[in-house]
Amino acid sequence: MQALAPASPQVAPAGRTLDVDDLTVRYGAAVAVDGVSLAIEPGEVVALLGPSGCGKTTLLRVIAGFVRQAGGRVLVDGAGIDHLPANQRNVGIVFQNYALFPHMTVSENVAYGLRARGQRGTDVGQRVERMLDMVKLGAFRERLPRQLSGGQQQRVALARALAVEPQILLLDEPFAALDRNLRLDMQIEVKRLQRQLGLTTILVTHDQDEAMSVADRIAVMNRGRVEQFDTPVAIYDRPQTLFVNGFIGTTNLLPGKVTGIVGDTATVAIDAGAALRLPAVPGLGAGSLVILSVRPEQLVLSPVATADSWPIEPGLSLPLGSQLVHEARTVDGAALKIVEPRRRAASEAQRRFCALAPDARPSLFPRSTSSATE
Amino acid sequence: MSVASTALTSPLRGEEKRWRLAEWQLALPLTLAFSALFLAPLLLLVATSFFNDDKITQPGFASWTKFFGDPFNYKVIFDTLLLGLKTVCATVVIGYPLALVFMDLSPRLQKVLLFVIIMPMLLSVVVRTFAWIVVLGREGVINQGLMWLGVISEPLRLLQTELGLVISLTQIEMPLMLLPLISVMSRLDPNLRDASAALGASRWRTLFTVIVPLSMPGLVAGCLLVFASSTTAFISQTVIGGVRLIYLPLVIWQQSLVVYNWPLAAVASLSLVVSVLSIIAALSYLGRRSSRHLQG
Repeated sequence: MQALAPASPQVAPAGRTLDVDDLTVRYGAAVAVDGVSLAIEPGEVVALLGPSGCGKTTLLRVIAGFVRQAGGRVLVDGAGIDHLPANQRNVGIVFQNYALFPHMTVSENVAYGLRARGQRGTDVGQRVERMLDMVKLGAFRERLPRQLSGGQQQRVALARALAVEPQILLLDEPFAALDRNLRLDMQIEVKRLQRQLGLTTILVTHDQDEAMSVADRIAVMNRGRVEQFDTPVAIYDRPQTLFVNGFIGTTNLLPGKVTGIVGDTATVAIDAGAALRLPAVPGLGAGSLVILSVRPEQLVLSPVATADSWPIEPGLSLPLGSQLVHEARTVDGAALKIVEPRRRAASEAQRRFCALAPDARPSLFPRSTSSATE
Repeated sequence: MSVASTALTSPLRGEEKRWRLAEWQLALPLTLAFSALFLAPLLLLVATSFFNDDKITQPGFASWTKFFGDPFNYKVIFDTLLLGLKTVCATVVIGYPLALVFMDLSPRLQKVLLFVIIMPMLLSVVVRTFAWIVVLGREGVINQGLMWLGVISEPLRLLQTELGLVISLTQIEMPLMLLPLISVMSRLDPNLRDASAALGASRWRTLFTVIVPLSMPGLVAGCLLVFASSTTAFISQTVIGGVRLIYLPLVIWQQSLVVYNWPLAAVASLSLVVSVLSIIAALSYLGRRSSRHLQG
């Protein structure tokens, strides 16, 4: 059992490294997690992002010790924790439904972990006070969970998980049950506490915005595998697979073919009717069938044809906050979305041709690979 | 979101209001049946008890003084309640772990176990009781098995003993314990167990600080049903217990159908009703107190 630091939570303890090494989990014949490896730095927030059933929650439950893996290891500060049962791992977890003990008051919930570690007396009371003050719920200590709002319940769950000074903090879709405004507040709150405590944190989510705003790095998961593990900006700007590209942000997919390569520049003839000069991608030589992925903000509209533009059939325009989203259709029938600032939006008559913005860095993927079917 | 939910619920609210107006009317058939078939006979029973003779002609308190003037009857009441408590204890000790096991089974095994649990209820009480005679008898399965194993050299006396009666009642009343327990337990959030473990609690600690308190409503309901049912289980009590073990239902049967002293039978019946109900009231009061956090 570890001693609780007497210091106030403002003193950040050193975070732990968390390594997941070639982890595989099977449910009967189904493979839920398939050879996942992640190296997580001390004090880092990593989001496991993916559609439901991609294995992200299973991975979290293995780290917490609720699910046993078929292969691979989990290491904290370089030492394996696989042999430890869940109640000896010292991992804090916040569930999507918070899982507060409904028959205990707020302070009894927060004290639960301390009592389970055999602590008694005034130490427990003081620590509970401190944790409740930290999540700004000091006035609610005698309430029962059902007498609290969703956001307050979540703060109690957080205080309960943090009270025992966990080595690792695991958050399982913790914001999913909150409404939009409260969600942002809580994301900021959690981030603040996590920074303050220097806790290595894993956040499971299917919400890309949440992953983008809270995480230092994102592991995009699909079918039990990690497709890409990188910073939010890198994942958005340089998606490595078509799945990541489609899952993060909105994108336009334009089928085409590499017609020639000169040095580092490939010429791609897109079916929409243009020849574009793009940075070459290793493995995609002349003659390769490709898919060009272009973000809506990487496209520009013009009333007249230019060298690199292709004709479009304009559709609806929808205001989206400060921006305007134009729908359009290419000659080969592909649907396009183009985003413009609303102040200088093109009228329908001006929306005749479409081209890549000058600084655009679209992504090029091979066509007819397995991931292209996503 | 809030706009959408109001729009969704407001027509429902109107519907609710109309239902509420008609609600008492819906309860009318049950109320009438209840009055005619339960309340009236009960009042009749009370009235009958205040007659002195078995012809029911002389009003008076003689039956009451006679019944409660006999110390033997106190012992019968005590034995009856004790039988109920012993059966409740045995069903809890066996049923609660079984309910815990049930929660951990796969849905398919749960269905199988549920069928096994309900099976006693699908058989006639007479069949079940006679099956227990076969099991508990001198040449019965239990004695043969124990003798074959060499645990005992002579057959145990199980029939016509309280032990044998409690054993068979435990099996017969088990569904009444398990069904409310399982229905409450299966509504428990499985994350609570994981949350408790992640906070460092052992399995035992989780059981006694989380699972048991939260399953208290089911446990209390099960205890009430088993208690009420086992104290009044006339057929099992008389067939397995025999005539040497005397419980209140047997006294009532003797007075009403053998001796034909209906006023005395009425007094015995009311004693059974009152004593069982007072235990049940006490149990459910304790249950409500222990689970007051859970309503909401």
